[in-house]
Amino acid sequence: MNKRLKAVLRQLALQAFLLAVTAAVLFPILWIFSLALDPRNIDKPLELRLIPPGASFEAFRKILLGPFRLLCKNPTDLSTCMTFARLLKNSLLVALGTSLLAVVLGASAAYAFSRFRFIGRQAGMLMFIVMIMLPSTATLAPLYVLLSQIKIGTDPLRLSLFGLVIAYSSGFLPFAVWNLKGYFDTVPRELEEAALIDGAGIFQTFVRIILPLSVPALAVTVLNSFMAGWTEFVLAWSFLEDPSRFTLAMALRSMQGQFATPWSEFAAMSVLMSIPIVILFFALQRYIVAGLTVGGVKG
Amino acid sequence: MAVTPIAKEIGVERRGKWGEFLLRLKESRTAWLYVAPAGIVMLFVTLFPYLFQFWMALTDYRVRNLRFNLLDSATWDKYAPPFVGLQNFVKIITSQLAIENYNFGRLLLFNVTWTVTNVFFHVALGVVIALVLNSKMLIGRRIYRALFVLPWAMPGYIVALTWRNMYDDRFGAFNQLLVVINNWLGTGLPTDTRWLRVAQPPIGGLLSFLPLAFYCVLLTNVWLGWPFMSVVATGALQAIPEELYEAASIDGASGWQQLWKITIPLIRPAMVPAIMLGTIWTFNQFNVIYFISEGGPFGRTELLITQAFKLVYEQRLYGVAAAFSIVVFLILLTFTLINNRITRATEAYYE
Repeated sequence: MNKRLKAVLRQLALQAFLLAVTAAVLFPILWIFSLALDPRNIDKPLELRLIPPGASFEAFRKILLGPFRLLCKNPTDLSTCMTFARLLKNSLLVALGTSLLAVVLGASAAYAFSRFRFIGRQAGMLMFIVMIMLPSTATLAPLYVLLSQIKIGTDPLRLSLFGLVIAYSSGFLPFAVWNLKGYFDTVPRELEEAALIDGAGIFQTFVRIILPLSVPALAVTVLNSFMAGWTEFVLAWSFLEDPSRFTLAMALRSMQGQFATPWSEFAAMSVLMSIPIVILFFALQRYIVAGLTVGGVKG
Repeated sequence: MAVTPIAKEIGVERRGKWGEFLLRLKESRTAWLYVAPAGIVMLFVTLFPYLFQFWMALTDYRVRNLRFNLLDSATWDKYAPPFVGLQNFVKIITSQLAIENYNFGRLLLFNVTWTVTNVFFHVALGVVIALVLNSKMLIGRRIYRALFVLPWAMPGYIVALTWRNMYDDRFGAFNQLLVVINNWLGTGLPTDTRWLRVAQPPIGGLLSFLPLAFYCVLLTNVWLGWPFMSVVATGALQAIPEELYEAASIDGASGWQQLWKITIPLIRPAMVPAIMLGTIWTFNQFNVIYFISEGGPFGRTELLITQAFKLVYEQRLYGVAAAFSIVVFLILLTFTLINNRITRATEAYYE
């Protein structure tokens, strides 16, 4: 009986602790929800309430259906303004492009670093690790100059979404290569050796054996690079000029006006932008624990 | 698997040193092919801008020089920035920049304090919560695990702007919360604190260089950062074989002893690289500072990275900014190496 009482008390203590953590985790998230539902469009609710008086989904409706008046080709013609759907399309293009490029290039390079002892391997690895430390906001100015001078057709690369995709994925590659290499190192080599003896080529063993066994690490790479492409706006804001190429993150940034921020709409937009990431996170959660091989940094 | 065994089969001995080199070269080709796509992108989009940056750092590069084009000789004479040697670096380190509240020593001290305190709390909280979530017979484990990744899953700059709103001095969430507490408990806590603007440091003495805003941004960043450490720790905890604990209990080890003799040493190998990564990320944590405290009050919560950003966007001093980011990179490199030494020095159980 005494033992059972002890177990109950222990459970109660643990639950109390975890509930406190839950409250701390949820507080800011509930706050932004409550702002989004507030019809008064203010940043200063007069009291702490989860559901503000007169709560409505008006802000969500405005964001999803209305034009973004600040992002128009021609400010007098509302039909030239960006809408949520068009911003979403650009965001998806950028985020998916970034994660695709990061995962393909990253896995390929990580495979070489993990499985071959080639000339320049040490130097290459070192280069990638050091690059994790380069502050990305700092290379802005030279990158601006560089991408302005590379032209695809008549447009400089800087003005295109593809330019952004390249810039983002290159910023994310060092971590991707490092993490993927760590994971590939843990895949036993016997399988590949058997496949090689059976006559499979190096590329085949990579695609048929290494990649399927490394799904967790690939999932982490996709998740993180998607997130980077989805939320980045500093680079996008300084490179892109044509509003029809703007992304959701940029639109959100543009709402932070110098004079009045439409708080409900801002909060609603924040919620809408967070949802895909959170869903993706939950969908891939079972891989995250296994796929972050920050432990795998052996030579 | 792929390279060395084949080389041996062919018989490297007969070929001599030069032949061996050629063979290795030939075999390296396959590997290079796999590295090339990533390598080329990195070369152009990261390494080249960085080398360009080195050159910019040695010049007085300003807005008008943006028209300078390395590939177009017509622009060379007209727009080439004047070469100033190491002058930018000297100005940065001796705090001679004509910017309000600029003091290099203070920036550096703050940046290091910020990184160390943050990483400490991230790891401590992350490990403790991972341990609690890993304890036996816990009710609601899956729900807690799902909820606790939310701070990590939310886009960072949305989180930053939300917290900024919560610190609003007139009607932000924190002051509202204090009103509620006062009403409930009848206490007289102040409800008009200007969280981000108070100049008077809350703790004096040695810590008087940290304004109240520091504790605010610290709180935000701890909220943001611990789930990552917790996930890494969870992964490591799940890999510890149960038999170790059973054997230890049979030998009469207490729970406390098991924690320090089994758990901590065995999760350390996973935590060390995570700490290294966390250090780098925190050192350059842009969003939290830039959007919440904006470096204020009086530039006392400015980080090196936010200062570098302001040099580009507010001052348009591209040359100085380039030099600044090189300084940031060198400091971070040194800091990481030192940090790595310290965390690895105690690593007796690794392999």
